[in-house]
Amino acid sequence: MLFYVIRRFIYMLIILAVMSVTAFLIIQLPPGDYVEMYIHQLEISGQTVDEAEIASLRRQYGLDLPVYLRYFKWVWGILHGDFGRSLQWGKPVSELIGERLLLTVVVNLFTVIFTYAVAIPIGIYSATHQYSVGDYAFTVIGFAGLATPNFLFALVLMVLFYKYFGLSVGGLFSPEYTTAPWSIAKFVDMLKHLPIPIIVIGTAGTAGLIRVMRGCLLDELRKQYVITARAKGVSERVLLFKYPVRVAVNPIFSTIGWMLPSIVSGGTITAIVLSLPTIGPLLYRALMSEDMYLAGSMVLLLSLLTIVGTFISDLLLLWIDPRIRYEKGG
Amino acid sequence: MKDKRKEISAEEKFYMASQWQLMWRKFRKHKLAIIGGVILAIFYTGAIFCEFFSTQDIYKRYTKYIYCPPQRIHFFDEEGKFHFRPFVCGFKRARDPITWEKIYKEDKSKKYPIYFFVRGDKYKLWNIFPSDIHFIGVKKGGILFLFGTDKLGRDMFSRNLYASRISLSIGLVGVALSFILGSLLGGISGFYGGAADMVIQRIIEFLICIPTIPLWMGLAAAIPTDWPPLKVYFAITIILSFVGWCGLARVVRGKLISLREEDFTMAAKIAGASDGRIIVRHLLPSFLSYLIVNLTLSVPGMILGETSLSFLGLGLRPPVVSWGVLLNEAQNVKTVSMHPWLLIPGLFVIITVLAFNFLGDGLRDAADPYK
Repeated sequence: MLFYVIRRFIYMLIILAVMSVTAFLIIQLPPGDYVEMYIHQLEISGQTVDEAEIASLRRQYGLDLPVYLRYFKWVWGILHGDFGRSLQWGKPVSELIGERLLLTVVVNLFTVIFTYAVAIPIGIYSATHQYSVGDYAFTVIGFAGLATPNFLFALVLMVLFYKYFGLSVGGLFSPEYTTAPWSIAKFVDMLKHLPIPIIVIGTAGTAGLIRVMRGCLLDELRKQYVITARAKGVSERVLLFKYPVRVAVNPIFSTIGWMLPSIVSGGTITAIVLSLPTIGPLLYRALMSEDMYLAGSMVLLLSLLTIVGTFISDLLLLWIDPRIRYEKGG
Repeated sequence: MKDKRKEISAEEKFYMASQWQLMWRKFRKHKLAIIGGVILAIFYTGAIFCEFFSTQDIYKRYTKYIYCPPQRIHFFDEEGKFHFRPFVCGFKRARDPITWEKIYKEDKSKKYPIYFFVRGDKYKLWNIFPSDIHFIGVKKGGILFLFGTDKLGRDMFSRNLYASRISLSIGLVGVALSFILGSLLGGISGFYGGAADMVIQRIIEFLICIPTIPLWMGLAAAIPTDWPPLKVYFAITIILSFVGWCGLARVVRGKLISLREEDFTMAAKIAGASDGRIIVRHLLPSFLSYLIVNLTLSVPGMILGETSLSFLGLGLRPPVVSWGVLLNEAQNVKTVSMHPWLLIPGLFVIITVLAFNFLGDGLRDAADPYK
């Protein structure tokens, strides 16, 4: 058991290392380097550029070093909390990301909870009432949810709310709380704004999960032990929840690792449309203005979020499903 | 005796049918899949011959008709008389006295009947065959905006059709790329196993656990803005299939590993068949159907990916038109709520993705011999 956890942890570190190389490549891809752009920006704003300052900037970012050394310098900086400076904002990246990272975690976490809370009961209902009106209705809704791109769904919701209620549904806070420090009132305000982003981000995942849950449970219900239990006179409710549901839920939890990347993905694009104060819009703006240090750091952070989330879900699975412990525990 | 031979019973036919015939028979029963297939056939025909089916040039600007709503096609005139040839009406322009916005009102006095095979704007089919015949249209001097116009007064119907060519083909090209990568790497991984398998599996696991959209955004933003459209198109396709091949490689590997242990593979081996013959003759036919299903189900992901990127302005850029590029103009909530027809490309995306899902579902059921 412990061996498995350690192995999994080391594995996660390796993935993170590879991911950091990818993120660094993204930073390096556009032509010209960071300091050149910085100088250019200063010149536009009419400031004079000091030769000594340029040299010190170059040294600070290690631009006089070969690529691989530069990479290590960047990683070293990140390990010490220094993500580089954002060109556009003229601030350290870590300062810009801080609260947004927290909110990103909050939004994604709530989305995962929403997805499971909705998908599992509906999946059970659909499987036990196969080919009923409800089953068909959920199937249609599910397929529509899968087929609608997140951003389009968000856009349509915004348009409808604007047209019929005159409301703007973007953001996570009401204007009066946007810059206010954290308080209970601000938290409550956030909870009020959360449903729409969560529904938008969660639909696709929910739709997929309903299909999986329905399929697994249907397979399980056809098995002999269910017939045996029924023949013995076990009540339907006990019969359903004691075995088949528990077995059918397993594959759903084991795929959480695949669901998380898609939720983070969907969250990014939805956040841009709904202008949530999460990492998504910042990443978008950074990419549009070629603010590569900011962009690279955020691609890395979003991946980090996913990878760590997957790791945690693996541990959860280990705890839920004893079979994995025996199989891989060694 | 001779007569008996002719009358092969339905049951016998069932046993004599090949695997593909059986699949086709099962597939036909899946109504949604048939509908999906028909819709896709129509869309792809429209996309292939988009120059012919469009009603006008997509860059032609009708400066007098900016944000003009879709025209209604009438079969009855104001007296309730039925016309066999449908017609559309012209517009009267006015200004809203309060908001000072343009309003278009149907002008019943101007009627433009719709004809088939009408001569209109010149085009070159596939950039080769010059022509000016359009499938439907109105006579010169009339206007025909079936899906309205955009902010520059360009016809949205034609733009949507041209966009479908890009958006639908990007899915296929992307899937073709993933297919090559996926079946090659998955095949190596599954058939030979060992170190190659180990490396390829780790790569796949890595690619699967990174969130695609941020990665795609990062890569797409790095495409230089001065690249010609065709180059950008292929760059985007490569970026999309960069992640897309993983699922397929897994399917191929899993299937190969299980089939490798089957008795018939062993039998072929004992009979002296070569590796190549075993793969092509015995293994490939057993999971080809799964490959097709998997491919069908991965097209929507590609289409959605391209649409999302272009919507954000990171994918294809005007003057190229794709559904995502068209939706990019519909980012502003106020604009969209006043001109809802700007969202029509979104409708096409949804219908296409649904159709692919239904088709894939039907194919999957048909390909599963145990159902």
